[in-house]
Amino acid sequence: MSNPPENMTRRRLLMAAPLAGAAIVGVGFWKMLSGMQHGSFNPHDINAPVLNRPVPDFSVPDQAPGQGFSAQDLRALTQPVLVNFFASWCIPCLAEMPTLMGLKDDLTMWGIAYKDRPENAAGFLKHSGNPFTRLGSDRDGRVGIDWGISGVPETFLIGPGGIIRWHSAAPLDVDTIRGTLVPLLESLKKS
Amino acid sequence: MMLRRLSALFLGCALLLAPVLVLAVDDPSEMLPNPQEEARAEAIGSQLRCLVCQNESIEDSSAGLARDLRRVVREHVAKGESNRQIMDWMVNRYGNFIRLSPPLSIGTLLLWSMPALALLLGLTTAFFAYRRRNAAPAAPPPLTAEEKARLADLTKD
Repeated sequence: MSNPPENMTRRRLLMAAPLAGAAIVGVGFWKMLSGMQHGSFNPHDINAPVLNRPVPDFSVPDQAPGQGFSAQDLRALTQPVLVNFFASWCIPCLAEMPTLMGLKDDLTMWGIAYKDRPENAAGFLKHSGNPFTRLGSDRDGRVGIDWGISGVPETFLIGPGGIIRWHSAAPLDVDTIRGTLVPLLESLKKS
Repeated sequence: MMLRRLSALFLGCALLLAPVLVLAVDDPSEMLPNPQEEARAEAIGSQLRCLVCQNESIEDSSAGLARDLRRVVREHVAKGESNRQIMDWMVNRYGNFIRLSPPLSIGTLLLWSMPALALLLGLTTAFFAYRRRNAAPAAPPPLTAEEKARLADLTKD
């Protein structure tokens, strides 16, 4: 009361505090939602811990002769490879296959048949087309657990040196490939 | 007479089937032979989230992945690993999300202490507001010599 100008600035500051708070929250939400839209942020992604780590120790036996692979094969890579867990009993995998077939000329893909009989997996690939250059079989699902998958299809992008660069627990679609996968591959190529 | 015999037969069948029905819920071959180890495996499993039906523990869920994870837990228990080791093995693959009770971290600490913090903030605000309202109004500053002279001038008849 004794000095009104000081009182006024204090009052203004107090008025601005909630506005500033709301602005910060707004920017946070906007970043989160735009991340969700572009696929860079996924709150449902439950196995983020494998990201930017080397592939786990594993070995999948041949689904067809000479096609099985192991962690050593992935760690020896100099080019990125897409590893896809699929199963003949999985409807989303069937729906995903045309997308993978469209991608196979541009990106090497290795497949792991998850909890599937070899003859069923072979029949599935015969029917839908085979985008995979190597094919392993995870009959009891133990390799899947080491990779942290919770279902099929799940896809991992393995960068040079066998580092897991990206993961998707949903079937791949054209939007994800254009919006996330292609920019990621370009940045991997640069570095 | 016939009816009574039939109902007895029915009851007998039901009684015979009862244990089978109970066991069908969970495959007993999964259980460890050592009851102590089995109890430990169950305690660990009840702390692990089934990633398929996400609000159930792997001990409660009958999803394929939950069964696989139960088997993994039992293998590790049979190997003599500690609860901590098994939990770390799971977290390493699936992240903290697999733990039904989240660990203490800066984030969870802030979350859990938020009610207390909010209460503290409210009480502090209320305390200062109350004190300001009830504070005796400050004594007016003493009159300056000039004001005194003017007052004397005004009150003079």
